[in-house]
Amino acid sequence: MEALLISLLIFMIISAVVALRTDELLSAVIAVGAVGFGSSAVFLLLRAPDLAITQIVLEVAALVLLIRATISIGVRTTSAGRRGWRPVAIAAAAFMFLVFTSFSFRDMPEFGVPVMDRVVDAPSIFYLENGLRSTGAPNHVMAVLLDFRAYDTLGEATIIFTAVFGTLTLLRKSGKKSRYPNENASESQTKKAELLEDSGDDE
Amino acid sequence: MMNRSMIIERVSRWMTPFIFLYGVYVILYGHLSPGGGFPGGVIMSSAFILILLAKGKKQALQSLPYGLAKKLDAIGALAFILTALLGFMFTGVFFANFLQQLWPGEPFRLLSSGTIVLNNIAIGIKVCASLFLVMLFLSILRIPLDEKGQIESMEDR
Repeated sequence: MEALLISLLIFMIISAVVALRTDELLSAVIAVGAVGFGSSAVFLLLRAPDLAITQIVLEVAALVLLIRATISIGVRTTSAGRRGWRPVAIAAAAFMFLVFTSFSFRDMPEFGVPVMDRVVDAPSIFYLENGLRSTGAPNHVMAVLLDFRAYDTLGEATIIFTAVFGTLTLLRKSGKKSRYPNENASESQTKKAELLEDSGDDE
Repeated sequence: MMNRSMIIERVSRWMTPFIFLYGVYVILYGHLSPGGGFPGGVIMSSAFILILLAKGKKQALQSLPYGLAKKLDAIGALAFILTALLGFMFTGVFFANFLQQLWPGEPFRLLSSGTIVLNNIAIGIKVCASLFLVMLFLSILRIPLDEKGQIESMEDR
């Protein structure tokens, strides 16, 4: 079990390094997808099926979005910003972050031991005991996400809402205020309508 | 680059209803089996994204128009808050599972566990519309490439 987990983690690390070091953008996106698939397998092995389903589905959707949004076959990345002092500074900052978080590893329980075995009044004991009785949902993940901690899910829904509408606002092609205020305002509306009703191939 | 071949169109036409149905199943059974609102919404949106990839923008906009997608996104978010406010009105606690507390259902049935089902449906509709809108916008607007295949500079966009 642990050997399988370690081999999956090594696969994820190798894919991430491939995503960084390759030249073609398409290969980098596919390598990022491989990291996501490995992470979903890790979630499944650690007995978290909700997380595994969400990870696989979102990884595939994000991959399709990325590939469709950016590229065709032959695009290469630039190497600007890869040399010089910047990567060294980023690596040093990440190393300092790891050093400081390793101080917190001493207080965490061992791998595979849940928090509620170590802490007496952990809230997870309450959620697991009263999950079915209070909420009526056998899936305790949903009971926590949408009943006990529904406020956090409201925050998550707001994040998705804001992110999507921010993206749509940034990517719209018309409707921006022009530099010449004498331009007809209705012209931008017709341009937007044409953009969306454009029939035929979108190549 | 995209071959709009007949095989892809035919297969996608057959597969799209099943993908959509599976997304609806994951949403509705979210309180009984793993899944829930978020992955179910993404699976539902992938049905529409399949139509967009296989048949083009015109067919995709016929299946889920642009204005309707924006309204569904907003309706999903508002429905989520509405169930929270209804909980406040009925029991005095914001986000209370008022349906389960006032009219409890049997566990392991589809219509049990109160507002969890309603919240799942709201989140599912919201995520579906959002991801379809993002994919639509990212496929309408392309980053132009210069002759060497590099992404040209973004300053003159």
